Amino acid sequence: MTPDAPEEEVEVEETAPSEPRGGDIVYRHRRSTRIWHWLNALTVFVMLMSGMMIFNAHPRLYWGEYGANADHAWLALESSRAAPAFPGWMTIPTSYNLAGARSWHFLFAWLLVVPGLLYGLWSFLNRHIQRDLAPRREELAPRHIWRDVRDHARLRFPTGEAARRYNILQKASYLGILFLLLPLVVLTGLTMSPGLDAAWPWLLDLFGGRQSARSIHFIAAALIAAFILVHLVMVVLAGPINEIGSMITGRYRLPKEKP
Amino acid sequence: MIERITRRRLIASLGAGAGGLLLSGCDKITRSSAFQSAQSSAQDLTMGAQRLVIDRGALAREYDSADMSPIFRTNGNSMPASAAYRAHLGSGFADWRLVVDGLVSRPLSLSLDRIRRLPARTQITRHDCVEGWSAIGKWTGVPLRLLLEGSGLRSEARYIVFHCADDFGGIPYYESIDLVDAFHPQTILAWGMNDQMLPVGHGAPLRLRVERQLGYKHAKFVMRVEAVASLAGLGLGKGGYWEDRSGYQWYAGI
Repeated sequence: MTPDAPEEEVEVEETAPSEPRGGDIVYRHRRSTRIWHWLNALTVFVMLMSGMMIFNAHPRLYWGEYGANADHAWLALESSRAAPAFPGWMTIPTSYNLAGARSWHFLFAWLLVVPGLLYGLWSFLNRHIQRDLAPRREELAPRHIWRDVRDHARLRFPTGEAARRYNILQKASYLGILFLLLPLVVLTGLTMSPGLDAAWPWLLDLFGGRQSARSIHFIAAALIAAFILVHLVMVVLAGPINEIGSMITGRYRLPKEKP
Repeated sequence: MIERITRRRLIASLGAGAGGLLLSGCDKITRSSAFQSAQSSAQDLTMGAQRLVIDRGALAREYDSADMSPIFRTNGNSMPASAAYRAHLGSGFADWRLVVDGLVSRPLSLSLDRIRRLPARTQITRHDCVEGWSAIGKWTGVPLRLLLEGSGLRSEARYIVFHCADDFGGIPYYESIDLVDAFHPQTILAWGMNDQMLPVGHGAPLRLRVERQLGYKHAKFVMRVEAVASLAGLGLGKGGYWEDRSGYQWYAGI
């Protein structure tokens, strides 16, 4: 198997090879991206929801190596079995079950980590990262970024040929998820394992102690949840049928240029 | 064109439906035998992977006295209900004996005094509760390895079981570890904590410290240490009270 290069499927009407325009269908998402996306859509939701149940068992967060009820917590929520910090509709399982939540969390952790590493490697080999995600020099100009921010704020999205590429805010958020938040959430998760702390004590030094790692784990998870929320809003605003369809079939209809 | 959009819509709504079904069905899945076996495979995988990367003798981090928790909270039972235990407590454990038996050639019966005169190890370590909190304390006790060697552990023995004086709803607490952890240098039966005699709330007269695993493995009020070949005959067969009762993982290195 070789990395599937994006073949361009342009619905040509009159003149042959020309730049795709608004309304044309282009091949946008590789098979590896689509498979990983949908696997992760499931996995990340299970991780977040079982993670919230685990948090319910001790809804306090600390900095440093130790932290328990008598110690200073930077975040302390009220939680009881009757009124948990995160309500039942947000958690897996729905009613208090720390052991069950841990089983879900550690089963799906494998589905997060192993396919995630394979996807990262594959996307490097098929140049998805270098070609589609790495920002180009001109995109990093403050003026360009600012214009993109303004366009997003006005809900003006790229059309036609420009919509074939990810814009700089998209690139930044995808790279942030792939190379910052996902590695962070996995490494801080591993740091909470007393077994792995014995094997890799540098994990404790990296994050400033087990309770700091637990706090960072929670913050990274919250940022991933925030990303998903914005991601879903953008999908709805950009045209959910075209966007979701392209993540299933790979084919994307370029938005029409505004007259 | 219309056909394509319809098909996409269909796929999208199928996806959404499956998602809804999944979330509402998670509790059902949790109880299903297929999920139970998937999660037990995942547990085996996790334990296998951890044992692969964690050297047998790799030590849990030991801290300085400056790093210790000002207050080390108690958890689980802080006072056994049994009359026999209370009698021992009343007499300062003078007539109390720790029993080491099962698959050993020379069963032991040791007084607390005798145990305290055995070579001891002191370690300042972090205690991680499965609920998420951690506390750092100083523990002093006899390495479990010495008791196992002293009693002539037989070659059929695979697990070490701890029988405790405390109970939950009439069922005495029990836990078990395998020989990798039983012979680990930091695995001790602690009789001292923070330079004092081990307090009742933390498991007097003896509590297990098995530093590379979570708190519920650290059995308190240990009365008897038993070497067994299999966990099948213990409780419901999963190796510990919380494992049997609530489905907590037997391997608690994670």
